Amino acid sequence: MIKTENLTYSYSSYEDEVKKNVFENLNIEIKKGSFTAILGHNGCGKSTLAKHFNAILLPTGGKVYVSGMDTKDEDLVFEIRKDAGMVFQNPDNQIVAAIVEDEVAFAPENLGIPSGEIRKRVDDSLKVVGMSEFSGASTAGLSGGQKQRVAIASILAMEPECIILDEPTAMLDPRGRKEVISTIKMLNENKNITVILITHYMDEAVEADRVIVMHKGNVMMDGEPKEVFSHAEELKGFGLDVPQVTELTHNLIEMGYEIPSDIISIDECADVLIKYLKRGLNQ
Amino acid sequence: MFKDITIGQYIAGKSVVHKLDARLKLILTFLFIIILFVVTKPSSYFFLTLATILVILMTKIPLGYYLKGLKPMLFIIIFTVFINLFLTPGDVVWQLNVFGLTAKITLQGIKMGLIILLRLTLLVCGTSILTLTTSPIMLTDAIEAVLSPLKVIKVPAHEIAMMMSIAIRFIPTIAEEADKIIKAQKARGADFESGNIIMRAKAMIPLLVPLFVSAFRRADELATAMDSRCYHGGANRTRMKQMKLCKTDYMAIIYCGAFIVLVAIIGYIL
Repeated sequence: MIKTENLTYSYSSYEDEVKKNVFENLNIEIKKGSFTAILGHNGCGKSTLAKHFNAILLPTGGKVYVSGMDTKDEDLVFEIRKDAGMVFQNPDNQIVAAIVEDEVAFAPENLGIPSGEIRKRVDDSLKVVGMSEFSGASTAGLSGGQKQRVAIASILAMEPECIILDEPTAMLDPRGRKEVISTIKMLNENKNITVILITHYMDEAVEADRVIVMHKGNVMMDGEPKEVFSHAEELKGFGLDVPQVTELTHNLIEMGYEIPSDIISIDECADVLIKYLKRGLNQ
Repeated sequence: MFKDITIGQYIAGKSVVHKLDARLKLILTFLFIIILFVVTKPSSYFFLTLATILVILMTKIPLGYYLKGLKPMLFIIIFTVFINLFLTPGDVVWQLNVFGLTAKITLQGIKMGLIILLRLTLLVCGTSILTLTTSPIMLTDAIEAVLSPLKVIKVPAHEIAMMMSIAIRFIPTIAEEADKIIKAQKARGADFESGNIIMRAKAMIPLLVPLFVSAFRRADELATAMDSRCYHGGANRTRMKQMKLCKTDYMAIIYCGAFIVLVAIIGYIL
């Protein structure tokens, strides 16, 4: 779906005229239908990377391919952006229209789709994110989580193969965060949309089926969440936390309790602990 | 401070006037304004006033809203009426000598004063009908549609409408932010209320600077978000909501057309 080949991106800052490399010779391949979380501390280059997947930024060296299209090819830029839609961090700063359905219609209108088809796509997209009842509402009156769901719907209306979300929950309250993450997960599972989630919340990365950890522009770890989160000490070295559940199980294991070390989800952990406690009672 | 800000003056409703196509309303309002300034005969004004009152009643919006629109214009209206009343030369009906100066009211002055009074009042009421019955979004769409023939002479109709609709969209967001900044500055001892006008204007600087900085940042982020959704101006762009003239609109065209002809004939004969 998305592939980077020796991707290098550098910019020259205004203060000192030294070129700064955000990353050098980065090779990442994202498979179709996968759910990838990209983790990293502030300034590790994860947002810059996301902008390359959407042809908003172009590589200074190497190549980025989206569905086989080179992002440097100017003729393909709208095809690329249609295929790999992007949701941004601040819900207020990415909404263009004052009415929910106009917002969702914005992208297909740009693509020059006939009006009947747009109507259908808008209704479908709003239904998928569970915002149908708000279609005539004002965007200003929505909660943060609702705004982000509308932003996701407005990308869905382009019928993309892949959605890139650049810290979509950073400005939301816990409830809004839950709404957005469950929407993303549902899109990946039911609609088979490739999801790339950029985040620094470990608990969100747990939901993915692949976790890429970035640090200072390099890929430090890459694998299934269970595998990545078992390296708690290493993660802390990159300025990241492990999910609370992993932290808990690691501490328990260190204290001598015999429980599996690769638990990452809350439900899983609760099950294991309940079983453990019951066994203790029976003995 | 900014909580009760209303966007435009739109009053939602279900009247015939509300339902009319926004483009049609815009064009009719323009025609109305032109007619107001072209006609000079008192009889024409009589009919124009009658028609305006009729449409106002049809909107089913309380008269108070129209009077509210007149309020800021009151001084200008009174001032121009007085100027016309006293300074039009003609047959003197009444005059007063004070300190060697003569103030006189002429018959022609009274006539001109009345016409100016009606002209300005109808102007405000007529445009109020448009803004009270049309939502700002419909209005920007209408402006785009009406301006689009001017694309031939390179008028950026779509871009103008897009700018207006984004501005409307961001009014509540920026207002909310201004409110937040005011509270934050007040919490640190800023004083926005006391002092003379210059001091109060100076006190606004710590409000305006962060507001502008953040507005620019928002604009930048919004531009990226629009880019990533394939926005590339008005070329090859389609619309979900297409404006179509329906039966009511055609009826309105017929009635208004008939009325204009009537006013023209009356103005010519009488």
